[in-house]
Amino acid sequence: MSGLSISRRGLLAGISAVGASAALSACGAKTGTEAASGSGAKADTSGSTVKVGLLNSLSGTMAISEVTVHNSLLLAIKEINASGGVLGKKLKPISQDGASDWPTFAEKAEALITDDKVAATFGCWTSASRKAVKPVFERYKSLLFYPVQYEGLEESPYIFYIGATTNQQIVPALDYLKKQGLTKLYLVGSDYVFPRTANKIIKAYAKAKGLTVVGEDYAPLGSTEFSTIVNKVKGSGADAVFNTLNGDSNVAFFKEYKSAGLTAKSLPVLSVSIAEEEVKSIGTQYLEGQLTAWNYYETTPGAANKKFVAAYQAAYGKDKPTSDPMEAAYISVYLWKAMVEKAGSFDVAKVKAASDGIVFDAPEGKVTVDGATQHVYKTARIGKVGSDGLIEEVWNSGKPIKPDPYLKGYSWASGLS
Amino acid sequence: MTVVLNQSFTGISIGAVLLLIALGLTLTFGQMGVINMAHGEFIMAGAYTTYVLQKSISSAGISLLVALPLAFLVAGAMGALLEWLLIRRLYTRPLDTLLVTWGVSLMLQQLARDVFGAPNVQTAAPDILTGNISAGSVTFANNRLFILGLALLCVLGLTLVLRFTPLGRRIRAVVQNRDLAEVSGIATGQVDRITFFIGSGLAGVAGVALTLVGPIGPTMGTNYIVDAFLVVVVGGIGQLKGAVITAFALGVLQSVLEYSTTVSVAKVVVLVAIVAFLQWRPQGLYTLRTRSLA
Repeated sequence: MSGLSISRRGLLAGISAVGASAALSACGAKTGTEAASGSGAKADTSGSTVKVGLLNSLSGTMAISEVTVHNSLLLAIKEINASGGVLGKKLKPISQDGASDWPTFAEKAEALITDDKVAATFGCWTSASRKAVKPVFERYKSLLFYPVQYEGLEESPYIFYIGATTNQQIVPALDYLKKQGLTKLYLVGSDYVFPRTANKIIKAYAKAKGLTVVGEDYAPLGSTEFSTIVNKVKGSGADAVFNTLNGDSNVAFFKEYKSAGLTAKSLPVLSVSIAEEEVKSIGTQYLEGQLTAWNYYETTPGAANKKFVAAYQAAYGKDKPTSDPMEAAYISVYLWKAMVEKAGSFDVAKVKAASDGIVFDAPEGKVTVDGATQHVYKTARIGKVGSDGLIEEVWNSGKPIKPDPYLKGYSWASGLS
Repeated sequence: MTVVLNQSFTGISIGAVLLLIALGLTLTFGQMGVINMAHGEFIMAGAYTTYVLQKSISSAGISLLVALPLAFLVAGAMGALLEWLLIRRLYTRPLDTLLVTWGVSLMLQQLARDVFGAPNVQTAAPDILTGNISAGSVTFANNRLFILGLALLCVLGLTLVLRFTPLGRRIRAVVQNRDLAEVSGIATGQVDRITFFIGSGLAGVAGVALTLVGPIGPTMGTNYIVDAFLVVVVGGIGQLKGAVITAFALGVLQSVLEYSTTVSVAKVVVLVAIVAFLQWRPQGLYTLRTRSLA
């Protein structure tokens, strides 16, 4: 090929422009029409069915986790429809793909509320996606049920947080590590809002309770190059790693971790975003013996859980595990149903007013909705990954912990916001 | 000292990955001037080939060994097809190849999503590659050693083909002066297709290697495509030795910066360093002397 007639500089500009095009097009996402002032978007409840929105990443780096949540929402809807629906109306799920991209989440949330006129929306996983849709739900006064543990320090009148907040997951996890004598922590996380905020909380805790944070590293979401971070961890003299990586970065991280000769015995990793589904796809051989902190495991005892696991596996396959966010997603639909039935209406204001004190016999045990914070009382559980890929509980808090998203009950957390 | 040695090995292993993904591109972009944005999707094709093989051959070791040549053939065939369908019509318009192959890359990503599903998948590495070798206090991860060996083997193979085979001579002749090669009786169209086959095939081999370090997904190629172009441009277009040196230099630079700062800062500094370097030497490390006028 003779005569390459373009300059290198022009070429680089061209390539980076194309590379950035996805991000750019996302920035151009429409901000939407203003909601009619007053009561916000009205759900369409005129027919014999009621639409509910499911908003999950069905593609992209988060799909490894979020597809399972989507499946479990569909299961709950199917069960509720089979038992007569909500206020005599069948639920009609409308699925939207957030595609692991936060502006897309906002765009799809708006479409669910304004075009489909859904009565409530269930979904989101990353805090970044939740933060992206929060103003949309607030502007249209529509409800979002969020099923994943998160970093706390947030309350929205239009979001129900069904996963754990920090004092139901991260604080008990730190208590556990401290009790085990693991006092020198290395923090590894994805570079976005959840790990950054979680680590801020961990550092405040460490300072007050005599733990040391010997290192802190963030990798871009979706990053697959962890050799340097693992080297740093190895040379840091840490007792344990606190892992807040999200999505399939965990695959690369744990492969690298094992390759470097680190094991659960020599340097345990406590993860707050890896559940049974991720364990299976990362590979049990990389995770055996490592610790996790959640409110629910597939192995959690109880009749409600047996029924949930059996129903899920009957619908999606015998080899499919259930996990904490899936369970939270599953109960979120039932909790909404209970609220609607108590209110006798699909109207958002009435549903919110009816929420306080709603009790549900969930697979994780009894959960109670706290109307003041719109969070849920949950039992904290530390687990260890077994050789079969399931997680066995090694410790639990004994009773459901009252949600405290702003950590008001903890003196060491007073400076956080 | 341990840290320095461990970190040097990390740098070299990052460099080996960069080299593998850029090697095919030095042929198709460097030698032929085609800006193939679908190169990343050929990497993906190689990775999915490994995944499919592992589903039918349960032994991770054997499936990996079979995957290497097979991924070369699969990705190579895709590249040759792309060349025959589209690229051969665009040899005089290099910038247009960027747009056309970008479109192709989006189609291939969607195809992968339809065939394999949107969530990323993983393959199991053979047991021998999940361990490590320790020399004193320095640890060498086996999978990284394997990738390093594979990268060097590919460089060696490519060098031998280009230097010592009739095909290599014809490729070099076409690169240096297409018209003169044509009048000398070389079927340049055929040479183009074979060159593209080899370049794309090498992307497939890189894809197999990447399954050892991370997940496999429809968009995995886009994670690597910019890095691959950077290596080729900085190395000097069409220069194998430039690509080799650049890949390892960028790998070591990246790992040293990552160690002393953070991942994001390291990426920025590497990019700034590359821009500065190209201001100083716009033609890259090495340049190809040709008899053509342009």
